[in-house]
Amino acid sequence: MTSEPLPPSLARNRRLDRWVEIRTDGVVEVRTGKVEIGQGIVSALAQIAAEELDVDYTRIRMIPADTGRSPNEGVTAGSRSTMDGGGALRQACAEVRDAFLQAAARRLDAGIDELFVRDGTIHRKASNESATYWELSAEVDLARDADGRAAPKRADQLTLVGKPLPRLDLPDKVTGAGVYVHDLELPGMLHGRVVRPPSYGAVLKAFDGTRIETMPGVRAVVRDGRFLGVVAAREEQAVAAAAALARCAAWQEAADLPDVDALPTFLRSRPSQVKVLSEKGVPQDKGAHAVSASYSRPFLAHASIGPACAVARVQAGAIEVWCQSQSIHPTRLDIAKTLGVAPDTITVRHVQGAGCYGHNAADDAALDAVLLARAVQGHPVRLQWSHEDELAWSPFGPAMLVAMNGTVDDAGRIVNWRHELWSNPHIARPGLQESPSLLAAWHLGQPFAQPPGIDSLPGIQPTSERNAVPIYDFANQRVVLNALDRLPVRTGTLRAIGGFLNTFAIECFMDELAHAAGIEPVELRLKHLSDARAIAVIEAARERSGLASRSRHDGSGRDGSRGMGLGFARYSNEAAYAAVVAEVEAGETIRVVRVVAAVDCGRTINPNGVANQVEGGIVQTVSWVLKEQVRFDRTRITTRTWDDYPILRFSEAPPVEVSIIDRPDQPSLGVGEAVAGPVAAAIANAVFDAIGVRVRDLPLTRERLLAAIDDT
Amino acid sequence: MTQTIELNVNGARRAVTADPATPLIYVLRNDLKLKGTRFGCGAGVCGCCTVLLDGRGIQSCNTPLSAADGREVTTIEGLGGEGQSGERMGGKAAAHPLQQAFVDEQAGQCGYCLTGIVMGAAALLRRNPSPTEAEIRSELDIHLCRCGAYDRILRAIRRASETMGKRSG
Repeated sequence: MTSEPLPPSLARNRRLDRWVEIRTDGVVEVRTGKVEIGQGIVSALAQIAAEELDVDYTRIRMIPADTGRSPNEGVTAGSRSTMDGGGALRQACAEVRDAFLQAAARRLDAGIDELFVRDGTIHRKASNESATYWELSAEVDLARDADGRAAPKRADQLTLVGKPLPRLDLPDKVTGAGVYVHDLELPGMLHGRVVRPPSYGAVLKAFDGTRIETMPGVRAVVRDGRFLGVVAAREEQAVAAAAALARCAAWQEAADLPDVDALPTFLRSRPSQVKVLSEKGVPQDKGAHAVSASYSRPFLAHASIGPACAVARVQAGAIEVWCQSQSIHPTRLDIAKTLGVAPDTITVRHVQGAGCYGHNAADDAALDAVLLARAVQGHPVRLQWSHEDELAWSPFGPAMLVAMNGTVDDAGRIVNWRHELWSNPHIARPGLQESPSLLAAWHLGQPFAQPPGIDSLPGIQPTSERNAVPIYDFANQRVVLNALDRLPVRTGTLRAIGGFLNTFAIECFMDELAHAAGIEPVELRLKHLSDARAIAVIEAARERSGLASRSRHDGSGRDGSRGMGLGFARYSNEAAYAAVVAEVEAGETIRVVRVVAAVDCGRTINPNGVANQVEGGIVQTVSWVLKEQVRFDRTRITTRTWDDYPILRFSEAPPVEVSIIDRPDQPSLGVGEAVAGPVAAAIANAVFDAIGVRVRDLPLTRERLLAAIDDT
Repeated sequence: MTQTIELNVNGARRAVTADPATPLIYVLRNDLKLKGTRFGCGAGVCGCCTVLLDGRGIQSCNTPLSAADGREVTTIEGLGGEGQSGERMGGKAAAHPLQQAFVDEQAGQCGYCLTGIVMGAAALLRRNPSPTEAEIRSELDIHLCRCGAYDRILRAIRRASETMGKRSG
């Protein structure tokens, strides 16, 4: 037998019993380092485990991740969980299955090829002899390392993967079971609230919290530098005490934020390091049709529907944390660093929170809870952020700018392509930098510096430049990143990270070049693509949306109100392919009336799960494109309520249609972030198709639309 | 100033001692341990905390405990017990047709908004058993779903409306 190299996540967590436990009662416990953030990953991983182990899906019990026992799989992010975590679990389960087959062969005195497995029972062909996993579990030692010798199933052997099995978590979520960290109830538990400064750099000039200590139910008032908080017996008492505490603090603030209405100018004005991402050929400027245009996005909020929450207990030097972190191991490191204790004195357990689309306040809340719990030793403290702080203090997806230049020759070839990008590093997650990346750590009396952020980590693509290098075949191109330092607004990763604006810019610009040269925009794309899977999704979206049957799609066939547009990308040029057609009604405002998407994510584990992710990605992007921008004055973030930060509602949500091109013989590719860039471009292209107006700065608000109409 | 207030929650009489100004959601979640009502914004504008008060949908995060004094409160935990369905879901309480429809349509991602939306939809279907899609969208417009599962949720509510129509008809 030859052994294949192990999937990276399994190579880092080789012990099989770290992944799978076969219980004598017929339950299969599966541990994963990946966490459920609403994307359905835990169900998809259960499906993979059931497939490779040949057991019924309902036997699988997915154990929530904790730093004590679960495999350390770093961060759940970047649409990589099915690729990485799924790949590792698949191999681990194949090896476990093989170990049980070997044991059954010994017990039944049979050859391996005489045996087959059905729902955990190993049968001997042409006989009624059998043995079950549950009987054999005592004699199969999984306390050994994966060795890569057992092969997972081939595409033609799959029976569960590819089927639309129901999510494991949904019944509890619709019946109101206590599935979220918010719902934890521990003996002696108290309630905590934190009072944040009014602005990032605010200095606490005066504070007297003595009268708070005598308020009803208050058990502790915590002040450490400019970190302020309260602990009370009842939740409403903690809320009241926090409100009173806020009135006890006098702050000195500075006007150190940029002009929110001139972000492109601000980004261009920042010092930067130039990094050439791609350079080939000699860009030709003498073609017939030259176009230049700049595209930007504002700061975007995660805007989780529920505020961040965590529970912590500090007792006799041991710290326990229950939180919604996407990165329990790295978060543990930063909590340890902040407190000056050894990481192994801390246990961090994942419990679900409200939907999460990148680096939000989940990790910050974990440290907040610990800082409050230290003041009431032995009592668990349930700490919940306010909705206002959730909007204003979570890291935002950073504002970005892209300037494009291009030329099309008379033969319809793009002979010059220049893409220049301005972005700060997107990664600010915990556990990666010298200084802790947790909000409260920067506010303590002995504060840690807010770390500068990271653009690139081993094994993953740099964040700001994702999708900047085009997938199209251009003979002459130059792609440049102006890498900015950390911005004065707190930022972190947000769904599709740099890929969102880079794809928006590229896919709008393809349409702009096509219109300048009088070429049908989809044809211009196809003319510069050689990747058959890319071509297949574009053609599928064009067919299913009805775009293909329209007589014209060059802006000249517009009827003054309704339009269609297409956007395409392969997310980060290595994950899923997605082509999207949006249909809009545009006048003084824009309404997205329908979105059609075609995706190819290789082997589809669960088509319903893929469709759900793609549909959600479409709706969230429609929201970003039409409505969302974080607002601030020169001192404070002013986005604090749903009135300040409206998101798409039921009355505005378009019908969405998703088709999946399944490729069972290809590796599974991440799909969670695949449609964001294509949807944004499809909408902007559809608006141009409808009314001949191009808006290049997001969001596409009424004001921007009217200004663009005035300019034409 | 705490008082003892008597509530009728999911068909049972419950006495609660708390400040009458306490938002109802904290009493439901912390005193009565009914965790299915989710806290969202605290201002009554996102719909996460929707419960029924005498059969009408209200936001429990900005409704004081005193407003529920002597009235009938239905939370997500009590919805399935209305006798409209004997089906069980996930081995747990009997499911309301709305809850079953959400599972059938796989309508949800993180799920945090779902119990509020189910309660909002239940209030609508009590008043109007066969709402049009526009009526559903309008009634549920207060409810936010950040994961963007709106399309599936609409399908689930239409499905539940049809199921319930068939049963009563």
